[in-house]
Amino acid sequence: MSKVQSDAITFECETGNYHTFCPISCVSWLYQKIEDSFFLVIGTKTCGYFLQNAMGVMIFAEPRYAMAELEEGDISAKLNDYGELRRLCLQIKKDRNPSVIFWIGTCTTEIIKMDLEGIAPKLEAEIRVPIVVARANGLDYAFTQGEDTVLAAMAQRCPYSDRNPAVVHDEVSSHIPLVLFGSLPDPVATQLAIELKKQGVSVAGWLPSKRYTELPVIKEGYYVAGVNPFLSRTATTLMRRRKTKLIGAPFPIGPDGTRAWIEKICSVLHIKPVGLADREKAIWDSLEDYISLIRGKSVFFMGDNLLEVSLARFLIRCGMTVYEIGIPYMDKRYQAAELALLKTTCDEMNVMMPTIVEKPDNYNQVDRIRDLKPDLVITGMAHANPLEARGINTKWSVEFTFAQIHGFTNSRDILELVTRPLRRNLSLSELGWDVYSKQV
Amino acid sequence: MKLAYWMYAGPAHIGTLRVASSFKKVHAIMHAPLGDDYFNVMRSMLERDRDFTPVTASVVDRHVLARGSQEKVVENIIRKDREEKPDLVILTPTCTSSILQEDLQNFVNRASIETESDVLLADVNHYRVNELQASDRTLEQIVTFYMDKAQSENNVAKIKTIKPSVNILGSVSLGFHNQHDISEMKRLFQDLDIQINQIIPENASVEDLKKLPSAWFNFVPYRETGLMTARYLEQQFSMPYIDITPMGIVQTANCIRSIQELLNKLGTTVDYEKYIDEQTRFISQSAWFSRSIDCQNLTGKKAIVFGDATHAAAMTKILHQEMGIHVAWCGTYCKYDEEWFKGQVQEFCDEVIISDDHGLIGDLIAKTEPSAIFGTQMERHIGKRLNIPCGVISSPVHIQNFPLSYRPFLGYEGTNQIADLVYNSFTLGMEDHLLEIFGGHDTTEALSVGISADDSISWSSEAQKELSKIPGFVRGKVKRNTEKFARDRSKNLITLEVMYEAKEKVSS
Repeated sequence: MSKVQSDAITFECETGNYHTFCPISCVSWLYQKIEDSFFLVIGTKTCGYFLQNAMGVMIFAEPRYAMAELEEGDISAKLNDYGELRRLCLQIKKDRNPSVIFWIGTCTTEIIKMDLEGIAPKLEAEIRVPIVVARANGLDYAFTQGEDTVLAAMAQRCPYSDRNPAVVHDEVSSHIPLVLFGSLPDPVATQLAIELKKQGVSVAGWLPSKRYTELPVIKEGYYVAGVNPFLSRTATTLMRRRKTKLIGAPFPIGPDGTRAWIEKICSVLHIKPVGLADREKAIWDSLEDYISLIRGKSVFFMGDNLLEVSLARFLIRCGMTVYEIGIPYMDKRYQAAELALLKTTCDEMNVMMPTIVEKPDNYNQVDRIRDLKPDLVITGMAHANPLEARGINTKWSVEFTFAQIHGFTNSRDILELVTRPLRRNLSLSELGWDVYSKQV
Repeated sequence: MKLAYWMYAGPAHIGTLRVASSFKKVHAIMHAPLGDDYFNVMRSMLERDRDFTPVTASVVDRHVLARGSQEKVVENIIRKDREEKPDLVILTPTCTSSILQEDLQNFVNRASIETESDVLLADVNHYRVNELQASDRTLEQIVTFYMDKAQSENNVAKIKTIKPSVNILGSVSLGFHNQHDISEMKRLFQDLDIQINQIIPENASVEDLKKLPSAWFNFVPYRETGLMTARYLEQQFSMPYIDITPMGIVQTANCIRSIQELLNKLGTTVDYEKYIDEQTRFISQSAWFSRSIDCQNLTGKKAIVFGDATHAAAMTKILHQEMGIHVAWCGTYCKYDEEWFKGQVQEFCDEVIISDDHGLIGDLIAKTEPSAIFGTQMERHIGKRLNIPCGVISSPVHIQNFPLSYRPFLGYEGTNQIADLVYNSFTLGMEDHLLEIFGGHDTTEALSVGISADDSISWSSEAQKELSKIPGFVRGKVKRNTEKFARDRSKNLITLEVMYEAKEKVSS
């Protein structure tokens, strides 16, 4: 295990032998977010099998996504990629008439070097439906990073000027326009926009928008800010390709994160925030019933969705001790402000600074969990039941990506998730048994 | 390329993993990119497994793409050997790794020099076989490997047991009600005074495989997994096998009779007729149930059946022979087993469908409008949308079909379970009549459920109200028929008059 010491935060890197979702899973929330889209995953049966099982019942609701399942003829190049994709996309256009088709490249298209980026513009011109290519494959990315690849590709499609200049915005903001990036459920996006509006910050647009046809204008010099920790490619694209300025802030997860996020945005826009301290305190007070359940308890993040640092920082502020922050990939630049807040939080709460383990090794982690006996392990479903059978409380990590966890309003939802196993197992304590495996 | 978003059978490596992880002390290493270890989630969630699934990945990432796996796979095999001390490590290729065309066999050879455990490369082609075929092949491959090994060490237990004995082949994790079925089979063989030699692969040890030939015969409960192994053992060790699935009264009797015939040929005298008679008439409830007046109401009701070859064939026979239900069509997604399937069911249904296209199956169901569906998880959802009840009889299934309580589909207890399932799937007889007479459960503002193909047709409020009085289980059908009738006559408002007219015309 290689160790790097930087600014008193210990970063380690293991073997990368860990369980996570394939990044193509991002279609499950993105097709719902972008209402006029269609997602075509170009891959094999393995990809399809993952999607149909991971998405559960969503699959039966005629989702706006499908597999372009590669067959032997596609692999051996007996069939012509352009012709095949043309046939499928025309079918999709006829049946669903989407405003955009996303092509999700997979491991297989990488290995056989299918030139999706080359084919897309030609086909787009021919069938007159925009085609956006994102390579969300398991060779390069983990789980939520899939969204990052899609948003980075979409960033290039944002218009440079208003399509309809006649429309006059009812509110002329006093600052350089700010565009937020990251896919959030609509109510959460609205809540965050309202929080900013209270400070006199107006949000000029979101990437992604509700509809592809409503992508925000992004001009040189605009400010952008991310709402999720896994969006580093999107941030890079917005800075380098679209010449915007990134506001590097902690992420609006937990009342502490939300306040820091707003404060950072305000400071960049030269606005003095008002009432934030009171707002944060009121939220903390309202969380006390949940916090009292976890205060002084310990938690171990096995790592699979890149939300780990933000969640750990919030839980430390709640009074927990974090033993380990496993994380698939750590962009120290994009997450710099979040890492700094983590450090401050540890100092202020007077707890040890957790080790951040990139590309963790699940086998070694289970070993460490056996030694440390944490009160809670946040982990994927592959490990949850076996750990519970060994008397260890677990919370299934994927729920954090699907639940509403951003902003002041949703802090309670995070704790609802975190405390659920503790509350449940508390009520089972009368049962008298903790260990349900003979292996142990 | 094929446009698809649902598949009935998974990719090949899932079949290999199901077999490998069913054995005790066998570890599978997938040569796969990050995220392909979804199998572990399914094992842990669907089967609620208490232990870590013995499957890890040797991750194929960008570096592997550039330089090849080099030492990585070998190191991962050796590491697992040290950590878990398994008897066998199976290197499992995935669709991704198979197009990389690395010499995985070479890695296996190199690793096995340094490991205590045996090492095998799963021999399955991802673009030619599916999950079920791969599981069949992997089981055969493992059995062949250990039989060869035992033979070279002159270690095969060839002496038959004193009492008649059997091996049960193909008990695999994540199988549909598999664990309950196996318990039921154990009970059946105990009743028949047949000793169970081995059950493979679930919970078996590869070290014990050399004892397989001491059984008198092999038994393959499901066509999908185990047949290849049975054929191999027949060829190599002259072991006969029975592959009649004991599902339903008639098939269970057939199965027991062929066992009887086989044992008598092998030089012992058994007579199971009395047992069959006693079980059928007095122990199992289902034969009597079929005869009881309650079941009369099922006569001639229309059903369709779809699933894997084993379950769809058996279910079709049960519905037709044992309950007098009219099977409009039955089908399977096991396309590779078409010939056998057709031979089995042809005389018990109007039409046989061989397809793995769920869209086609959905359309066919909508067209047929059966009173009940017996299918997979997919058909259950199609049924929900069309408002047709569905009994789930085959994989693929979701977590609710891994029940905690005892629910076999095989053997005599299985017949009871199936009878309950069938009976509960159709609207209950008396309730059916009462609903028709009194116009439904709820005559207040009931919803008019059902899928309309065309939204341009609207219903007047009176007609809508009338529609809501029609019992739920036929409401969708009436709605569609009426709309079709209106569309054919270019009417875009359905009034009470149109509705009655349609009723007269359509039903006449």
